[in-house]
Amino acid sequence: MKAQLRTRVTTGIGIFYLSSILFFLYAPILVMAAMSFNASEFYQLPFQFSTQWYERMWENEAILSAAWRSIWIAIVTTVFATALGTAASVALWRYDFPGKRILQVLLFPPIAIPWLITGTAMLIFFFGVGIGRGTPAVILGHVALALPYVIVVVTARLATFDRTLEEAARSLGARPWMVTRRVMLPWIAPGVIAGALFAFAVSFDQFVISYFLSEPGDSTLPVLIYTAIRKGFTPEINAISTIIIAVSMVVMLTAARFTKFGGEK
Amino acid sequence: MSEVRVNNIVKTYKTARALDDVTLTFPDGGFFGLLGPSGSGKTTLLRTIAGFVEPDTGSVTIGDRPVVNVPVEAREIGMVFQNYALFPNMTVADNVDFGLRVRGVTGNDAKRRVAEALELVQLGPLGKRYPHELSGGQRQRVAMARAIAPRPRVLLLDEPLSALDKSLRVDMQIELKRIQREVGITTIFVTHDQEEALTLSDRIGILKGGRLVREGRPQEVYADPGDTFTARFLGEANVFDGKPEGSLLELLGGARVTRPEKATRIAVRPEHMTVSTVEPEGPNVLRAELRQRIFAGAMGTCVLEWQGQPVKAIARQEEFDGLPEKGAVWLSWSDRHARALTVD
Repeated sequence: MKAQLRTRVTTGIGIFYLSSILFFLYAPILVMAAMSFNASEFYQLPFQFSTQWYERMWENEAILSAAWRSIWIAIVTTVFATALGTAASVALWRYDFPGKRILQVLLFPPIAIPWLITGTAMLIFFFGVGIGRGTPAVILGHVALALPYVIVVVTARLATFDRTLEEAARSLGARPWMVTRRVMLPWIAPGVIAGALFAFAVSFDQFVISYFLSEPGDSTLPVLIYTAIRKGFTPEINAISTIIIAVSMVVMLTAARFTKFGGEK
Repeated sequence: MSEVRVNNIVKTYKTARALDDVTLTFPDGGFFGLLGPSGSGKTTLLRTIAGFVEPDTGSVTIGDRPVVNVPVEAREIGMVFQNYALFPNMTVADNVDFGLRVRGVTGNDAKRRVAEALELVQLGPLGKRYPHELSGGQRQRVAMARAIAPRPRVLLLDEPLSALDKSLRVDMQIELKRIQREVGITTIFVTHDQEEALTLSDRIGILKGGRLVREGRPQEVYADPGDTFTARFLGEANVFDGKPEGSLLELLGGARVTRPEKATRIAVRPEHMTVSTVEPEGPNVLRAELRQRIFAGAMGTCVLEWQGQPVKAIARQEEFDGLPEKGAVWLSWSDRHARALTVD
């Protein structure tokens, strides 16, 4: 009886805890999404459905150009980060070389270091080596940030790759490149796709690095939103933010599906 | 199809000698079984022939071609792995086709050869299935077909049947033998299952601690194992030590037995032991204590004790039925069944 009661109490606390987290996490987002469809500019209730903010956003040149900029920077970042990250993962998996452990360990702190600090460091460094501010700097920064994510995800998938498959392919006469292309890549493809989606999300949602490294006027979407908020908040920002969240959620959920969060179903 | 030779192969891992000066010839078109307990180096030897292991010293030739410096993919081998290692993202037919494709065999020629290989392993209609849709035995056949399709010079099997359950394993042994005979390819296989090695092989090699201790035809090696390890590893053996007394050997307790080849240690297989309640004529007779009788159909096993040493005898049913449950009995064997063993 006593044990049963205890289980019930712990379960109760657990449910309360989980609901609180979900509530505080999603309630503001839901409010924002709802307000993007509210006719009032000052968040007045009662709620009146309207798509005017989406229409206004669609006519706002600054928002649109920033959105396109964000998208193509994210795509370029994704291509580079995925290619480099996958190659690095395969190399780390296949070869033993001096300093391999150190390299592996050094890959992870960038995930944990605050972006503000990484951004400052990059800004100083890029000025130091003469790259300065601008699109190349933004892309370099994004690739550097996204790379560890790709490596983590692809490496997790590679860990499930059966080495004897590689041996079997070689015994059948396949050269190393053939083994990689025909046997290994098909196996790690879900990891590579998930890594690519992570890279896209990291770049698309990136604010600090973009803010520090882009030239004034060449803002990405998050930077534009930040600037807009400082000038005065309009529900147009709610509209574009809602779109960004929707896109990010789709991307992350797809990534989660492909990685199955590191394990088979 | 080629003869395979390994000469003076030495392979050391850190401090352990995995292979210690192994020299062996695998005859052209033969089925050679490499047998030994785990850690004996049998798998290392197979992987050395395949090219996955680079020996410290020694040479490997496939046909007339020295291959020590040739990478795996250029050795023209076929290999079947313990877990089969089928490509999970490819159909059965694509798995079999893989070795042909990477060699540039395509089109109708490839199609025909894939069909032939699948026919050979009796999986003709399953080409479009994926490996996860197959049973263990079917996967094993696919692995064989895939290894054979590119017509390798030698087929290497790494414990190919160990993942199957007992009854399926016996069926697959017969299948494996049939396939090997049909293709006529030099085959080397590794197993720790003595019975499997005796059933399948034309020749066997027994490894222990990285050394080749015995090599020969299975019947030959079983009948005359030569050393204590082989005698005990390949089947069961009762081993007796004694002092030479002229042409005889005096065992503990004074019993005198025939002495083959001036040996001081002899082995007698359990199936060559006779247990009786009356004292038989001649030498090779021991007074022993019957401890247990285990009935097992046509044959029965008697567990005995002689001078503190356990002895095993296998008796036919009629002989077995005439014995008491326990008690003093006579144990004997004929001269021709005593085998000399080296003492090391």
